[in-house]
Amino acid sequence: MGRTLAEKVWDAHVVRRGNGAEPDLLYIDLHLLHEVTSPQAFDGLRLAGRAVRRPDLTLATEDHNVPTEGIGGPIADPVSRTQVETLRRNCEEFGIRLHPMGDIEQGIVHVVGPQLGLTQPGMTVVCGDSHTSTHGAFGALAFGIGTSEVEHVLATQTLPLRPFRTMAVTVDGALRPGVTAKDVILAVIAQIGTGGGQGHVIEYRGPAIEALSMEARMTICNMSIEAGARAGMIAPDETTFAYLKDRPHAPKGAEWDAAVEHWRSLRTDADATFDREVRLDADRLTPFVTWGTNPGQGLPLAERVPDPETMLDESDRIAAEKALAYMDLKPGTRLRDITVDTVFLGSCTNGRIEDLRAAAAVLRGRKVADGVRMLVVPGSMRVREQAEAEGLHEVFTAAGAQWRSAGCSMCLGMNPDQLKPGERSASTSNRNFEGRQGKGGRTHLVSPLVAAATAVRGRLSSPEDLD
Amino acid sequence: MEPFTTHTGVGVPLRRSNVDTDQIIPAVYLKRVTRTGFADGLFSAWRGDEQFVLNQDAFRHGSVLVAGPDFGTGSSREHAVWALMDYGFRVVISSRFADIFRGNAGKGGLLAAECEQADVEQLWKLLESEPGTQVTVDLTDKTVRAKDFVAPFTIDDYTRWRLLEGLDDIGLTLRYVEDIDAFEHDRPVWLPKTLPAAG
Repeated sequence: MGRTLAEKVWDAHVVRRGNGAEPDLLYIDLHLLHEVTSPQAFDGLRLAGRAVRRPDLTLATEDHNVPTEGIGGPIADPVSRTQVETLRRNCEEFGIRLHPMGDIEQGIVHVVGPQLGLTQPGMTVVCGDSHTSTHGAFGALAFGIGTSEVEHVLATQTLPLRPFRTMAVTVDGALRPGVTAKDVILAVIAQIGTGGGQGHVIEYRGPAIEALSMEARMTICNMSIEAGARAGMIAPDETTFAYLKDRPHAPKGAEWDAAVEHWRSLRTDADATFDREVRLDADRLTPFVTWGTNPGQGLPLAERVPDPETMLDESDRIAAEKALAYMDLKPGTRLRDITVDTVFLGSCTNGRIEDLRAAAAVLRGRKVADGVRMLVVPGSMRVREQAEAEGLHEVFTAAGAQWRSAGCSMCLGMNPDQLKPGERSASTSNRNFEGRQGKGGRTHLVSPLVAAATAVRGRLSSPEDLD
Repeated sequence: MEPFTTHTGVGVPLRRSNVDTDQIIPAVYLKRVTRTGFADGLFSAWRGDEQFVLNQDAFRHGSVLVAGPDFGTGSSREHAVWALMDYGFRVVISSRFADIFRGNAGKGGLLAAECEQADVEQLWKLLESEPGTQVTVDLTDKTVRAKDFVAPFTIDDYTRWRLLEGLDDIGLTLRYVEDIDAFEHDRPVWLPKTLPAAG
């Protein structure tokens, strides 16, 4: 009986097979850290007198708390500053490589790992952050963990885990121009729901997925967690190998050849079965946006705000009523008529160079609408450097957008970049939860293309709405 | 970790689905570097509303939260578990938990008890019609009881055993350190290392 990609990677990392009563003990190839979910884990190590087993498989960066402007000085918020300084002390004490604010390799942890070539096919990757699923784009088994598990990995380089179930999401056909990976994943989540992937690893496959760049694949895998899945994966192929070649931590010379040979075996066998299968037709997809307060509450941009009264499932109806009240939206309103105060381009979902290029192409020669503020926040300082080399920052600033330094920024209300109560954003991030971008803030999740067009018109728009 | 066998306390009906971890504790409260002190942030956006269930006298000191499906979705923050426990909750009942939240709960000693949605609805009705009703959650026989209400719940056997015994996961894993050594010995040479930093 054949095995799926996820099962192959799992099997290759079993240190000790559980005997039924116990879970499997799984080896972790790469452990990424940031300042928010690690301090209590390091405290636990100190209390128990334990060391970090493999500092050489561990990497830390500062991302959630960091301001994205004025990064030369110390962080103004004393509590944020303490958290970042705690990470610095912990990394020094335990011998862990850290990319701090101001460093050229600093950035969002899920942008930094792939960019350095540390994320490779067939690896197990964990981080105390749910968007670790991003790294699955390389055919790695990558998933978010809590702080107790962070401590466990620091101490043992392993995790006790029960095997995940498997789900195939097959995207047939080809995406039309103007339709992006973000639209695909928002459509997938709307179809299967925020709990639809629960307990599963999703493998994205099919011609529309194979045609995507690595960065687009990362956008898709990133939001697997928003469908409730533990992880998302895409089988590695020539696109993957080309992305990895010559990255700082990619294998070199004969080791590269050996690695690629192994990576080619990382595919779901033809006779393997998934616990669940879902299909989507790429040709039918159009730009997708969310109207509610969970990522499953999304619709094509051409639609209208739905009427909860028409929803058959009671729990869906109550959730929709609460969402519309929070979002201050009326059923029947055209999504294209919703005005925004803020546009956020960035995050581990859409803060990579291709995302910036796509938005810049829309903004070139245009202006951000009066009364709208647009933040452009590269996912890492390397992305910022690259964008500046291509002159993209000039396009953004000429349009009236703010060009910032790297960080999680307005994806979550943990740093100075936040919505005020009642403000509404079009955001390329991953969560439209109540208050996610700041207390009382209202979020519409969109692609970089929709974000840029929305900035120009001041209301939810796609590039085809522009003159 | 304190062993968990059975717990009795006031049941709190939270009629919401998709209670994500940003609702349980918003990011702005995650800046502490300790495991305690998160009670104030629990459901902070909702606690400003006088009608919110925890602002009602009968439920203020509740310790068994009865929530809608997909509880704990979103961020992996274990602070959500710490905030619930700091407030005084020992059990959360739901028909479906997000995976990471469920795992975090098991590590922290918070019982995530999965019940059928029909049982959750019945329990909601009971708790709403008789506010302050005590709910008993027994991990030894995996049942929830309140007055005449009795329902089974599910939890994976390993987590149940660890909770019953109050065992530390890391200590359990370190029994197998020789297996970890052997595994590391055989890892392919091309796998990346973070140290030393690339030049």
